[in-house]
Amino acid sequence: MATASTPPSTPGPQDAAPRRSDRSPWNWLLLIPIVVPLIVPLYNAVDPKWGSFPLFYWLQLAFVALGVATTALVYRMTRRPAAEREAAARAATRDREG
Amino acid sequence: MKDVNVVELVIVVLLFLVVTVMGFAAARWRRAESLMHLDEWGLGGRSFGSWITWFLLGGDLYTAYTFVAVPALMFGAGAAGFFAVPYTVVIYPLVFLVVIRLWSVSHVRGFVTPADFVRSRFGSPTMALLVAITGIVATMPYIALQLVGIEAVLKSMGFTGSGFAAELPLIIAFLVLALYTYNSGLRAPAMIAFVKDTLIYLTIIVAVIVIPGKVGGWGHIFDSAADKFSATGGVILPATGQLGYATLAFGSALALFLYPHSVTGVLAASNRDVLKRNMSALPVYSLALGFIALLGFMAIAAGTKPIGTDGNTIVPELFQSSFPSWFAGIAFAAIAIGALVPAAIMSIAAANLFTRNIWKEYVHKDADSREEARVAKIASLVVKVGAVAAILFIDPQFSIDLQLIGGVIILQTLPSVALGLYTRWMHRGALVAGWVAGMVVGLWMLYEIPKKDPTGAIIKEHFGGSSFPLSKLGLDTKLTIYPGIVSLAVNLLVVVIITLILRAMKVADGVDGTADTDYTAEREDPSFRELPEPLESAPPGVAEEAVRRG
Repeated sequence: MATASTPPSTPGPQDAAPRRSDRSPWNWLLLIPIVVPLIVPLYNAVDPKWGSFPLFYWLQLAFVALGVATTALVYRMTRRPAAEREAAARAATRDREG
Repeated sequence: MKDVNVVELVIVVLLFLVVTVMGFAAARWRRAESLMHLDEWGLGGRSFGSWITWFLLGGDLYTAYTFVAVPALMFGAGAAGFFAVPYTVVIYPLVFLVVIRLWSVSHVRGFVTPADFVRSRFGSPTMALLVAITGIVATMPYIALQLVGIEAVLKSMGFTGSGFAAELPLIIAFLVLALYTYNSGLRAPAMIAFVKDTLIYLTIIVAVIVIPGKVGGWGHIFDSAADKFSATGGVILPATGQLGYATLAFGSALALFLYPHSVTGVLAASNRDVLKRNMSALPVYSLALGFIALLGFMAIAAGTKPIGTDGNTIVPELFQSSFPSWFAGIAFAAIAIGALVPAAIMSIAAANLFTRNIWKEYVHKDADSREEARVAKIASLVVKVGAVAAILFIDPQFSIDLQLIGGVIILQTLPSVALGLYTRWMHRGALVAGWVAGMVVGLWMLYEIPKKDPTGAIIKEHFGGSSFPLSKLGLDTKLTIYPGIVSLAVNLLVVVIITLILRAMKVADGVDGTADTDYTAEREDPSFRELPEPLESAPPGVAEEAVRRG
């Protein structure tokens, strides 16, 4: 009965996760695609048009690209060092085959 | 019942048969260990690479109902319906750092549902129960709405009558879905997601190329919309609608990854990099969604009329009039199959919540893993039968209202589920109090929203939408706001105040079952573990128990 209410197994010191951090100054860039698309007065207008598309529509569709570019940049810049990634890939392959 | 279009029916039935066979076959793929990447299916890091995760999360988040309802909203309400675009843009940078922490801690500690996490993080079975109930209640109408999508297609194909005969196709479709989810678990929707996305993208690309040419070009499309909404700002928002637009987009974005089915999709990824990459790849769907939304304006230009009073039939009717029957059939199949994928994942997620966090915790603590699996499978059936019953016996409009409520109530789990990934400062008692306060405020605000027709006359007194007029709070303004944001703010305020009080009174705060290093764990770490298969899984602690008994 007691086991059901305790967390699975308490990882001992030998199999604890190494101390890492997700912190990076690059993460602050993520604020741009969160804040900009929510500033409605920025795009709530018909002109300038892009082709036949009023500003309201083409600019918001362009924000998709803003979001993609920012998240891709932050991903690139906060990626783990190559050696660590190779170790990770080896571990994943081992799991799959083992 | 008007005449059923035979060509469309044959194509839809054929494509439906294909995915049905795939759904059942999905179960067999598992036994052959090396068959391509399909043995990777199963929640729990069997290695869902970037591509599979993209299809899985895409099929999970962008549902058939979205494809039907967003253009219907554009058709009926104009620019306000375009909120779906900023909503699905801000969501990915917003959860970029959050989902990887959830992935890590879940894999170290063996969590499958958000309630598992809350249970362990805050040492609070009560808050976990609230998270589980909120998740189930919010998911049920979401499943029902997928059926509304299928129903719209069926109506357009000619199944317009009422009574058992008209509802029969819907019942058959869901029966098949229920059977292969029961049989194959998460693999079935996963495999079908490939077919669904191929059909959806094909339909959208063709629609965006063909329809504007037929109705007189994009210029004419925006002009007709501007005419129709000339009283309320034309093709842009009225000044009073801007706050409501931004808060609805932001609140919906906060809510989406709190839904249990989104968590299921996230946990299935093979590592943190896959998730991060997907946060920049998933917006491709948002771009598609933007053009789907504009189908609503195309329908205005084309003079499309909904069937009866059902606004959701706008897109199927537009396809009906713009495409030859064979292609309309493909487009209809895309919508119908698109409904099955998320419906299956949602019912699995709801069943997991019920089994792990309600049945195991409160009803039958000694359940062994066999019983767990049986309960979960039966629960997934019950959830789906409930969804069908909801469509057949109550007004579809009612399930749309329920879905609106679902978004507001799922937001009340944000402090414990999302903020809990970053801090344990909140007291467990305060989380419960905040949830209650947020619920009360949110439901009251939704209740107070009347529904108006374009002339401003009130059609319905209560639960009429997502724009709460601030004047009801005594403010001298015409601005409206999304109730989810207000209720969440109240929730957070209560959490902070009660936490300070309980801390000052030194009330016991439970034990944190997680460690700081759990939240950044990588796949190759010794602490990493495979998560169990959904529907065949037992909650944390039970596996060890079974081993000890054996």
